[in-house]
Amino acid sequence: MKTLIDPEANVAQLLHKSSGRAPVTLLPEVLFGTGVADGYYPYDSQVGTVFVAFNPRGVSAVGHGDDSNAFESDFAERFGRSIYLTREPNRVLDRQIRSALNAETVLHLPVDFRGLSDFTVDVLRKTAEIPPGEVRPYSWVADEIGRPHANRAVGTALAANPVPLLIPCHRVVRSDGHIGEYSFGEGLKQMLLEGEHVNVEQLEENANSGRRYLGSSSTHIFCYPTCRNARRITTKNQRWFPAINKAVDSGYRPCKVCRPHAA
Amino acid sequence: MSNPNSETDARLVRQLARNVDETFEDLVRSHQDRLFSGIRRLVGDPDLAADLSQDTFIRAYKALSDFPPSRIRQLKLQGWLWSIALNVVRSNARHQSRRPRQSQLSIEIIADARHQPETRALNSTDEKWLRGELASLPNHQRNAVVLRYVGDLSYEEIAAATKRPIGSVKSDVHRGLAILASQLKGNNQA
Repeated sequence: MKTLIDPEANVAQLLHKSSGRAPVTLLPEVLFGTGVADGYYPYDSQVGTVFVAFNPRGVSAVGHGDDSNAFESDFAERFGRSIYLTREPNRVLDRQIRSALNAETVLHLPVDFRGLSDFTVDVLRKTAEIPPGEVRPYSWVADEIGRPHANRAVGTALAANPVPLLIPCHRVVRSDGHIGEYSFGEGLKQMLLEGEHVNVEQLEENANSGRRYLGSSSTHIFCYPTCRNARRITTKNQRWFPAINKAVDSGYRPCKVCRPHAA
Repeated sequence: MSNPNSETDARLVRQLARNVDETFEDLVRSHQDRLFSGIRRLVGDPDLAADLSQDTFIRAYKALSDFPPSRIRQLKLQGWLWSIALNVVRSNARHQSRRPRQSQLSIEIIADARHQPETRALNSTDEKWLRGELASLPNHQRNAVVLRYVGDLSYEEIAAATKRPIGSVKSDVHRGLAILASQLKGNNQA
């Protein structure tokens, strides 16, 4: 045992004493850098504050409401990772998120799809292609991804959408034309669609009266009624069809933009 | 060894072998203070030390993700982490002009966390003296002394981390400490 006046023991003690705590930012930065934990940031949206979670793979979750503790615990439970409140993500991702929340077209938004089935990912990628202000039925998504008749499974996949609003599952409607359910609530679905200038009242009216497809008597092309091409058809040229075979029998062909499929 | 750190490490290694992602946060929590303190003594600057600590853990994570469970179970965690840290410190010294931070998503913890007063374990005179004297030691002695007394590593762990024979490690620790002590004596007399 060395005495306290032993200079070597003094130096050893000094060294030992010199150790301190790591900065509090170290743990979250490490966990974030490895993808073991995510960051999140609150954004304004048409439906109020939403929390957008992200990691180096892209956006990973969107939560609605203003209770950040609830969002953190829901996130941990669903994804098994911790999450930390951070500043906004990098500029590119930040701009993509803001555009998507403003119902602007966003290309190549990176999304962390880990943990989802291939089918669900196909459904979500396809849904991401639906432009703002337009809607497509579940059956359209099912047909487009090569799984006709999987309407119900498409509904289930959309309910599992980890990033509502960013992947616009609110633009997918029931195959009978009614707007149907939404993970944030049916009222919010209507609000979001109206915010994108979709005439929801008209959609419901069409559904009730069996008007599914809108054709133009001048071009003999038929569309989903919210397709940007359908919206340009003048009132006197509008021809409504209850089913695709009726349109085809009348000598109409499907629009190449909205690609109507049999419901 | 019945040192509590090595018991924790043995538990961490068993859990890492089962699931790296679920265990990694515990690994960082249990090693970050010693690793950061040690790196800080090696490089002097606390901000740089924070960056290098982050790099060390991220490299460790990548390696662990690639290792089969059988290899993880063989790990002596503390020595292994320090062998990564020493590489990170060395390659930083080689590229003197370190690039500015490029955390992919520029994470910064908001609120007061970032502005907490720095924990000051030493008074500024001791701090300055220690920093200066450590900087003037030869690399292998500085590494050995810091790993032994700041990182709390055993001679075996230091030998593993520095890839030097245990005899050399012992003499590095003793010589390094002796040089610091003689400087301290000189300093006090001055």
